[in-house]
Amino acid sequence: MSGGNGYFDLPSDLQHSYAGLIGIHLEESLIPVAAGLVLSLPIAQLCVRYRWAYPPVLWITTVLYAIPSIAFFVFLIDYTGVSQTTVEIPLTVYSLVVLVPAIVDGIRSVPAETMAASEAMGFTAVQRYFQVQLPLAVPAIFAGLRVATVSSISLVSVGTAIGNQGGLGNLLGDALTYHRYNLAVTSVVTIALLAIVFDGLLIGLRMLLTPWLPRGSGAARKAALAAAVEPEAGAEKAAALEGAAR
Amino acid sequence: MSLLHYINAFFSDGAHWHGYDGIPHRLAEHLQYSFTALGIAAAIGLPLGLITGHTGRGGNALALIATAARALPTLGLLVLMFIWLGIGETPVMIPLVALAVPPILVTTYEAVRTADPAPVDAARGMGMGPIAVLFQVELPMALPLILSGVRSATIQVVSTTAIAAYVSLGGLGRYIFDGLYQRNYEIVVGGAALIALLAVAMIGVFYLVERLVVSPGVRLRRR
Amino acid sequence: MIQIESITKRYADGTTAVDDLSLEVPDGSITVLVGPSGCGKTTTLRMINRMIEPTSGRILLDGTDIHSQPVNQLRRSMGYVIQNAGLFQHRTIVDNIGTVPRMLGWDRARARKRSLELMERVGLDLSLAKRYPYQLSGGQQQRVGVARALAADPPVLLMDEPFSAVDPIVRKGLQAELLRIQAELGKTIVFVTHDIDEAIRLGNMIAVLRTGGKLAQFAPPDVLLSDPADAFVEDFLGTDRGVRRLSFFTSAGLELTRGPIVGVDAGAEQIAERAAGEAPFLLVTDNDGKPLGWVAAKDALGGGLRHLELLSHGRPFTFGDESLRDALDCAVLSPTGWAVAVDDSGRVVGVASQETIGNAIRAAHAGRPGAARVAKAAR
Repeated sequence: MSGGNGYFDLPSDLQHSYAGLIGIHLEESLIPVAAGLVLSLPIAQLCVRYRWAYPPVLWITTVLYAIPSIAFFVFLIDYTGVSQTTVEIPLTVYSLVVLVPAIVDGIRSVPAETMAASEAMGFTAVQRYFQVQLPLAVPAIFAGLRVATVSSISLVSVGTAIGNQGGLGNLLGDALTYHRYNLAVTSVVTIALLAIVFDGLLIGLRMLLTPWLPRGSGAARKAALAAAVEPEAGAEKAAALEGAAR
Repeated sequence: MSLLHYINAFFSDGAHWHGYDGIPHRLAEHLQYSFTALGIAAAIGLPLGLITGHTGRGGNALALIATAARALPTLGLLVLMFIWLGIGETPVMIPLVALAVPPILVTTYEAVRTADPAPVDAARGMGMGPIAVLFQVELPMALPLILSGVRSATIQVVSTTAIAAYVSLGGLGRYIFDGLYQRNYEIVVGGAALIALLAVAMIGVFYLVERLVVSPGVRLRRR
Repeated sequence: MIQIESITKRYADGTTAVDDLSLEVPDGSITVLVGPSGCGKTTTLRMINRMIEPTSGRILLDGTDIHSQPVNQLRRSMGYVIQNAGLFQHRTIVDNIGTVPRMLGWDRARARKRSLELMERVGLDLSLAKRYPYQLSGGQQQRVGVARALAADPPVLLMDEPFSAVDPIVRKGLQAELLRIQAELGKTIVFVTHDIDEAIRLGNMIAVLRTGGKLAQFAPPDVLLSDPADAFVEDFLGTDRGVRRLSFFTSAGLELTRGPIVGVDAGAEQIAERAAGEAPFLLVTDNDGKPLGWVAAKDALGGGLRHLELLSHGRPFTFGDESLRDALDCAVLSPTGWAVAVDDSGRVVGVASQETIGNAIRAAHAGRPGAARVAKAAR
């Protein structure tokens, strides 16, 4: 490591280089988002298909979201020990909580006429889902993915509190233990940069996937703003907008 | 169910119910940190959101601020502030406020900006002054959305205040960090359960607040 | 009276919304501003209550500049109705209607009493008083919007496309209701619409504006239909304006004949006498004098009208109340080409051939424009 400035020569108890920590950090934060996405697609589809299921799902997700990450971690220690899994399970749940309402709102916002037209053209239910609903819900799904990814990258650091399971967050513990305050700066700046980079990557990917949307359009910004808040608030906003349009 | 066993043991231990390290005192500390931070965040986010939403400008800037604020790891920010400012409430307030401002600011902005323009136009046309329009027309109609933003901020702040104990302050997080240090799992889980309960209770509080302050005409039309 | 004196509204980007417009809005009548989108009609309306300030020119209300009083005082003296009503979702119907009275300092009980009065006036069931806007249909919401504008009994009413968001049937009902209320209250109403038929139906005076905010023509509706100022107005009015204009002439002057009318129990002698007249058909009426149907004169000669199959008499028109347009419509739709005129109780007062109606139309066009106009509220 580039020694001397004290930002990158890491204490040996971390057992990793700076680059190694970044790798662990990304692993711990992105696997939960991916898992959350895989789980949330069918759950969201169920909520769209069976409208009555959505309100209770919203309630459960709101309550789960209210559980502090540190509390969630310590609850799990007894079952999964002090391990990456202990950090990844709560982050998966949080991703799920953000993604399910985003996807439900996205799919619900597909105009009824579009659905009727595709039905009239003879699309099967499966074809409609993959060729009409899912593509049109991409902006909303990505708005959710961005929130889930950024908060996941930020939250991993709390894992340091249960014993060096926080990726780059582990630098914070050492910063206090060894009075190596530069390490805290390294930790915060790197985590923030990672979050911003992945946010940007997701924006780029979304633009690639939705060439029919005007760049920097109001719709994209609105989706970003809606998702910037919290799953349930986004859902309420959608409901409010629906009301205003009526 | 060892988890429930630990929680039960924690709450039934009489020693946890009084004194400096007792639940009432830690709860009071916790709520004090949380609501101070929320008060500051509301004082920043509400007026700013009202103004930007009212004029409809600055949406892109707000989206940027919201993303940037979320990118900052709260725990990291706390440690940094603790290092720079020392022990005290200020280093705790800064990350908590940074956490709470974006949801309040962004929802307020969206609530006011997306409010139906027709009633506002009608109110102006009937001779209502700008202050009256804001407080009698725009705000009551935007209230459910604004409240959802404040609730979101409240839940996040109440649960995140736990980390104040990481830098030697009080609050319910004390149990978690002390318990981890002493390897006393009962206290760790008990404290975590308390914080989770408190955060969930906030959902109930906001449900009641919404019933109290939001007109049925606005609340029920969204069903 | 509202005098608009050469007002112009030009925006910073160079677009001109209203260009040197002058108009006199007469008291106690409905003046409609109509034109395609971008013609500045809404801008003009909104300059009257100073929601928009003109770049130049001035507007006088009863001889004094509208800038001579505080803006909100001016607005409270003018009712304002907009598309979709713009009701306050968080307030009940009574509270919505009572908004301006409360601003003017009325106490709660008085404002409430006034609101209930107005609900009745605009045809809303009083059971809706405690409801919220979302619980009402679009048409009902629009009625609340009108009631709210009338609450403080302002002499002037500004209406900006108030009925354009509701479906055609509801719209027709609302238009009739407005004419009825106007007949009772006699407000000075400025009404903006893009629908020329609505303009003709409601307006005592119509100002047609063209894109760019220039006045194309300002005239009563029948004059507009008979003498459009230029090709733009003519085009905007659309086809069949000649026929539409007939709705401004009463059928009272029509020369009816009772010649071909015969009672259902008439004897052969009487039938033969009637059949000898000019008409090739006879109109059979029941014993009460109400029409039953037509029969060819030669088929009727044998008598026994009760057992004959009759041709439909079509829709009869109410003599005097309905216009020449209605009479012509009846004649065109009649299987015999003759229109049946009835009185208020539906008894036949006479019949008229297409030729007779044509004569009446020519007479109406020749002289007395407006003299035979049907009162707005009655239509």
